[in-house]
Amino acid sequence: MLLTIRGLTKTYPTREGPLAVLRGIDLDLDQGESLALVGESGSGKSTLLHLAAGLDVANAGTILLDGAAIGEMSESQRAAVRRDRIGLIFQQFNLIPSLNAGANIAMQARLAGRNSPDWNAHLARAMGLDGLLDRYPEELSGGQQQRVAIARALAARPALVLADEPTGNLDEANADAVLTLMLDLVATAGAGLLLVTHSQRQAARLNRQMRLVMGQSQA
Amino acid sequence: MIRVVLGTLISHWRRRPLQLVFLLIGLSLATALWSGVQAINAEARAAYADAAGLLGRDRFDRLVGRNAAPINASRFAELRRAGWAVSPVIEGYHTPTGLSLVGIDPLTMPKGAAPIGAGKGPGMAEVLAPAGLLIVNPETAARFNNADLPKLFAMDDLPPMTAIGDIGLVQRLLGRPGTISHLVLDPDAPAGLVPLATVVPELDRVAPAGDGGLARLTDSFHLNLTAFGALAFVVGLFIAHSVIGLVFEQRRSTFRTLRALGVPMTQMVILLLAELLVLALVAGLAGVALGYLVAAALLPDVAGSLRGLYGADVPGSLTLRPGWVLAALALTFGGTLAAAGLALWQAATMPVLAPALPRAWARASSKRLAWQGALGALLLALAAVIALVGSGLPAAFTLLAALLVGAALVLPLLVGGLVQRLGRGRGGPVRQWFWADTAQQVPGLSLALMALLLALASNVGVGTMVASFRQTFTGWLDQRLASELYLTTRSEAEANTILAWVTPRVDAVLPIRSVPATLNGLPGEVYGIADHATYRDNWPLLDAVPDVWDRVAQGEAALVNEQLARRAGLALGDPVALPGGDLPVGGIYSDYGNPQPQALLGLLLFDSRFPDATHLRYGLRIAPDKAAALAQEITARHALPDGGVIAQADIKGYSLDVFERTFAVTDALNVLTLGVAAVALFASLMTLAELRLPQLAPLWALGLTRRRLAGIEFARILVLAMLVLVLAIPLGLALAWALVARLNVAAFGWQLPLALFPADWLWLALTALPAAGLAALWPALRLARMPPAALLRMFANERG
Repeated sequence: MLLTIRGLTKTYPTREGPLAVLRGIDLDLDQGESLALVGESGSGKSTLLHLAAGLDVANAGTILLDGAAIGEMSESQRAAVRRDRIGLIFQQFNLIPSLNAGANIAMQARLAGRNSPDWNAHLARAMGLDGLLDRYPEELSGGQQQRVAIARALAARPALVLADEPTGNLDEANADAVLTLMLDLVATAGAGLLLVTHSQRQAARLNRQMRLVMGQSQA
Repeated sequence: MIRVVLGTLISHWRRRPLQLVFLLIGLSLATALWSGVQAINAEARAAYADAAGLLGRDRFDRLVGRNAAPINASRFAELRRAGWAVSPVIEGYHTPTGLSLVGIDPLTMPKGAAPIGAGKGPGMAEVLAPAGLLIVNPETAARFNNADLPKLFAMDDLPPMTAIGDIGLVQRLLGRPGTISHLVLDPDAPAGLVPLATVVPELDRVAPAGDGGLARLTDSFHLNLTAFGALAFVVGLFIAHSVIGLVFEQRRSTFRTLRALGVPMTQMVILLLAELLVLALVAGLAGVALGYLVAAALLPDVAGSLRGLYGADVPGSLTLRPGWVLAALALTFGGTLAAAGLALWQAATMPVLAPALPRAWARASSKRLAWQGALGALLLALAAVIALVGSGLPAAFTLLAALLVGAALVLPLLVGGLVQRLGRGRGGPVRQWFWADTAQQVPGLSLALMALLLALASNVGVGTMVASFRQTFTGWLDQRLASELYLTTRSEAEANTILAWVTPRVDAVLPIRSVPATLNGLPGEVYGIADHATYRDNWPLLDAVPDVWDRVAQGEAALVNEQLARRAGLALGDPVALPGGDLPVGGIYSDYGNPQPQALLGLLLFDSRFPDATHLRYGLRIAPDKAAALAQEITARHALPDGGVIAQADIKGYSLDVFERTFAVTDALNVLTLGVAAVALFASLMTLAELRLPQLAPLWALGLTRRRLAGIEFARILVLAMLVLVLAIPLGLALAWALVARLNVAAFGWQLPLALFPADWLWLALTALPAAGLAALWPALRLARMPPAALLRMFANERG
């Protein structure tokens, strides 16, 4: 199993007292499999994704990536896992503004020490970014920026892709096109995909769905 | 991975080279002004050390004549016969050249004390040859290469304007054959000798003299320079802090993304630190070079001041000292870390899931400003307490620091409040927005405005002090230098001959006699003055008993200078301890520029207490229009060297020249600090320009043209600069008061009256406002010419 999550609980302190965002989530994801996380705003989808990426630490429960418990790792070990095993895609793209599109795409692959210009070029072509690689993020449209972000996540050939509403800022047509590309490339790379989305239509295109309501999963 | 992360971090500078330029400018200017001042101080201290080490002054005891009376050369022979290992030295001022001549006996000087032989100095035979030889430092050798002097031998590590030669040669050059100034005592004297008090009862044994207290005397002067250097350094760091803060803010999203992509936080912080240190190294090297130029430009004036004020010979050219370079670089590193400390800490502790959008670092929270204002108010209160009850140099400097830093910290709140007050009342929507937006910009510009305030206030403060000093000093010189001519003879016989000829040709001859003496336990000088209307009418008394001149003439009271009165805590009527017995203080006189305590006695009493004092100097009263002709005639008739007769006007000119040189240095540092503040304002405006766009774009969309927006931005800076200027004037006056009434008194021992010079403030406004306008012009022009597409981007969801 690529990703195994058991009894995951996350609570945030607030003025009104502790707020439980996730309450005992269980989840399994196999290599090459895609899973859509759906639910209302505040249901805990993004938090689940952040915990799976090791960006935050759970209060209780376990997250195993290829059998390794992420919650028991130090911060630098979690950073190494993200660098080597995970591809992250954010809703706000999070491109590095001082690097051009080409450098942004190669970024994580270079960090992981497995940069392949040919694979990067293939990704750029597949994403329709040919001719835009010298442009800086501020010179790209929202759809173009998101495609750069997806290419960056896949350039390092990660085992697991975690995507947080990657098409949330795009119109419907662009969103469909980007998702199609992403699914194709994830399948080509043989990676697992955990995707957060509000769109039922997009969720339906993935292998499985999981609905979160008030921090709990509903079948 | 390190290369990738470092490349990513550095890519920011490639995209925003202007920020890099401003950071380097800020750091290098801070380093330059500080290290320039330190270079001057190091040069001066090295000169003092050379003077201290000359002929073992800092190591060997000396025998000196009581009350500085000259010693007959026969005493040397008597001491040697008694078994004492002594060596004679003669010192004097060579009038034709202005050189300090030091004559030694190379054969009897203690081992290692004379710069002769031992590889680097001239050989003994050369020094003792009939033609003679003078040993000088290379600078002096170059200057007097063609002078009418014996052969010069250049040697390092000697003070400037000092020449050492065989005692016979120097006695001839000084016209004092058979006399010596003091005897150097070899520490390895055998035991069981006849005591010195028996052999030479009229000589006193004194401990190593060191540099004659030069380092202590000049400490205040160097401290003043250091204070200016520190002020400029702080203003420079404001620029660096402002730019680093903004750069870190703009890279927050990059930091977050890098960490999300798997870069460990510690590694990122270490790389950020390395990046900063490399930049600091580049800026530090540029600053050292610039500091060297600043120091080289200012050193001649500083050397002139030190020579005029303290008689300290400091070379007019600069030596590059490795210690100074390393200290300057260390300072740049320290300053960079101080300027970047907060930003680095925020980057290190930033949660990886923190919002990536700019959190408006520049727009500091009102809570922070309130804390800052409270701290500022506390410092101002501390300054007030010190002003009321503090005394001494540390208290004076603490007062200055608390006053300046406190006012700077309070400034954003004050300016914000003033802007809000100005914005009240009716007006159109643009006017309303202008004032509201100006108030909102104050926190973001606060560092630049604080730098401007410090520069303007120090300009007003130091300017007021200098102008007050100039006014008082000029009037004081007129009082103090009442005689039209001042005569200095080479011997008492010559003095008698000249006086016999000159007395019938002048209105009065006023003897000037002085001896070094201990006054109330403090080293100083005692003068003897004749009872004459010249003194009664002109002497600048600050306070006196009613019949002061009669009492002084009758030997019943002494006059003391302000320095002695303050240091010894003397008031009218208090006894002042003098050689030969105490006398009550009959009056206290101002004595600007003199670092030493001084007392004046009636001539009769002086002669009875100091019978060995030389009778070589006289003041001559004559109608001013006849003075020049008489001076020429005396010089020609009696073959006096240059400087034998000096006109009052020449001494005044020299004194004013020393004064102007002293303040030329502070003036230059003042202007440079103002320049740095203008750069700080420019840097802040340029770096904030990008953050301003999202705020200005909606106005543009609502119908204000880019040109009008640019005009409003320009006007905003002028309004803020004007407000800072208005606040800088009272702060500057408070600073001037602290300098005059506290620092000057603590450092120099005298106080001068403070005068106001509003025309100078107007001049400062005419300089500072265009400087601020110039700083605001470029960002405004950029806004006026900005393509609409750039403004449209502000309405997109993501602004990178």
